[in-house]
Amino acid sequence: MTTPDKHTDKPAAAKRQRAKIRARAVNVYYGDKQALFQVALEVPHKQVTALIGPSGCGKSTFLRCINRMNDVIEGCRVEGELTIDGENVATLDPVALRARIGMVFQKPNPFPKSIYDNVAYGVRIHALAQNRKETDEIVRQSLARAGLEQEVASRLNDSATALSGGQQQRLCIARAIALQPDIILMDEPCSSLDPIATARIENLIAELSQNYTIVIVTHSMQQAARVSHRTVFFHLGRVVESGETTQIFTTPRRKQTERYITGRIG
Amino acid sequence: MKESRLRRRYRAERRYRFYGKAAIAFAVCFLFFFFVAIVSRALPAFSQHEVLLRVALPDNLLKNLSTAEGEDANISEGAARRMLDAALAQELGGGGSAHERRARRALLTPLAALDLKRRVENLSASSVSSLSPSLLLPSWSLSFALSSSSERFLRAQSGGEQVADPALSDMQRDMLTALDAKGLVAKRFNLAFFTRSDSRVPSAAGIRGALLGSLWALLIAFLLAFPLGVLTAVHLEEFAPRNRLSALIEVAIYNLAAVPSIVFGLLGLVVFLNWWQLPRSAPLTGGMVLALMTLPIVVVTARSALKAVPEGIRNAGLALGASHSQTVLHHVLPQAMPGILTGAIIGMARALGETAPLLMIGMVAFIAQAPATPLDPATTLPVQIFLWADHPDPAFSSRAAAAILVMLCFLVAMNAAAVLLRQAFERKRQR
Ligand SMILES: Nc1ncnc2c1ncn2[C@@H]1O[C@H](COP(=O)(O)OP(=O)(O)OP(=O)(O)O)[C@@H](O)[C@H]1O
Ligand SMILES: [Mg+2]
Repeated sequence: MTTPDKHTDKPAAAKRQRAKIRARAVNVYYGDKQALFQVALEVPHKQVTALIGPSGCGKSTFLRCINRMNDVIEGCRVEGELTIDGENVATLDPVALRARIGMVFQKPNPFPKSIYDNVAYGVRIHALAQNRKETDEIVRQSLARAGLEQEVASRLNDSATALSGGQQQRLCIARAIALQPDIILMDEPCSSLDPIATARIENLIAELSQNYTIVIVTHSMQQAARVSHRTVFFHLGRVVESGETTQIFTTPRRKQTERYITGRIG
Repeated sequence: MKESRLRRRYRAERRYRFYGKAAIAFAVCFLFFFFVAIVSRALPAFSQHEVLLRVALPDNLLKNLSTAEGEDANISEGAARRMLDAALAQELGGGGSAHERRARRALLTPLAALDLKRRVENLSASSVSSLSPSLLLPSWSLSFALSSSSERFLRAQSGGEQVADPALSDMQRDMLTALDAKGLVAKRFNLAFFTRSDSRVPSAAGIRGALLGSLWALLIAFLLAFPLGVLTAVHLEEFAPRNRLSALIEVAIYNLAAVPSIVFGLLGLVVFLNWWQLPRSAPLTGGMVLALMTLPIVVVTARSALKAVPEGIRNAGLALGASHSQTVLHHVLPQAMPGILTGAIIGMARALGETAPLLMIGMVAFIAQAPATPLDPATTLPVQIFLWADHPDPAFSSRAAAAILVMLCFLVAMNAAAVLLRQAFERKRQR
């Protein structure tokens, strides 16, 4: 298992200059119930940011704010300012916004179509390729970058639902990166996978972080420590602490964070 | 203690299995008796006795035919009857008194003369012009259907039983026996049952009109109910906000699915016939009423099929930047299609067997002509069965049973189509 060499290749300070995503005073309500309280955080460009925290603390809710998937949840209301590259997402067209942001879900959710069609679908609806050949090329490259090409090269026309869980999850990643997004959101991408498949996805995340800004929700402290550059700790809908992953895991500033990391709340 | 409980549980298990098997056996027995009863009653309708007669063509007709003047070759029904009388007298002998002539004629179906007239006309219209006059024979061997009472007599005789049918005189019985002895009577498959429409005479009564009426009505019902129902379901399930209004509509639709079908017939009578002035007894109107009746079924089944599509598929589409309607159209609807189609076909099967609402809009008349368009008057299969089953002549009740068999075949075919469609969709998905 390789760990991204995150603290030596580039100076961290240089990276922090450019925040890809910046949230300020974000409140989210499901009907009358408030799920996020005054969330403020920054996600740096081309880094992996891990969101950790006990179940129900609002990690997925925050993730869905970024690509406005909360819009489709009935009764969900988002307040506050969330910007991507300085643009407020509330003012952007959600369909165009989501094309720029890939999302990988907790449960692999390939379309019940062929492997090829799964990856090609986004390419087609956004007309990213001029012709069939270009589509083929994008599909091949995406599968290759998701580390799936060798396994499925000979059966691109088979149903995606026939793949194993780990393969399906990598297919979902391939589907997301086929659109060449700037940002990839992952909501517990490994929670239904075995350790070997998890390791492959983690390696993949490390590779992808060269080119993409990644926000990952995880319940595994080890995973957060392994893959992320920065970590944000949520508790009861609030951001308790955020910072460099090493700092959070070695010298947390807040008592709550320490208690969670050492397994005493959650 | 523990062991006795375990034994009790095994006993209970065996008992439940036995109940299940008994229930299945009961259902199978019931189905078996049902089929035996229907088939045994229907079988007589699929065959019919015919008598072969040599019909001599009158000289003037022959002359007209050989000059190939089509219109002049027509004969009157009276002339045809005289030709038949001559042919019968030739085979059976006997005197020429009016009484005897009538007795002989009554052996054949009352439509025999009309039938002969048509055949002569068909001949003159089609092939004669290409026939050289020398090939035209002065007499033809033609088969004619028998009357209901002769039919009954022959069937009883071949069954070895003696029935005293008051409709036949002793003389007529002797005549039939004589014809049979000469080998002129043959039992044939009753093609007319499929090629003709309703008739007052059982030997000429067929289901073509009712079948076409049913098919037209079903086609119209499907064309209306399927798209409307699927669109309604998609809107309610995928797009409509969950509020008081959509809850109200949902309750209304569920209630509508439980409304007795005759109420839809009344609605059709009031709205389609009296208000919109649509044609009475027409498959168009019938189809519209059946569409109203099937619409809630389609909506309810389509909604549950849409509900069964995993949420992950919707999220996947939306997260890729597909619009809401693209997600529904490209992913959710295809996934739900097998379920939707099954529901639609079940609805159609119910519509095929429906009688009550059609009675309300006048599809219960005697109609001897098959409908060429959905605007022509027609009956449907179940209504035809209803009419025939009520008829005093037993030949009609066997036709009713035969029509039931035909309808069952259609139901089975529809269900098979549903299964095949599902499989095709599933295979497409697996690909
Ligand atoms: N669709 C919804 N409708 C109503 N309430 C919701 C909905 N989704 C989430 N919530 C509520 O919002 C709060 C935050 O939920 P969220 O799913 O963001 O938690 P989470 O941190 O992702 O938890 P987990 O780690 O278990 O996935 C919870 O209290 C939850 O009950
Ligand atoms: Mg979550």
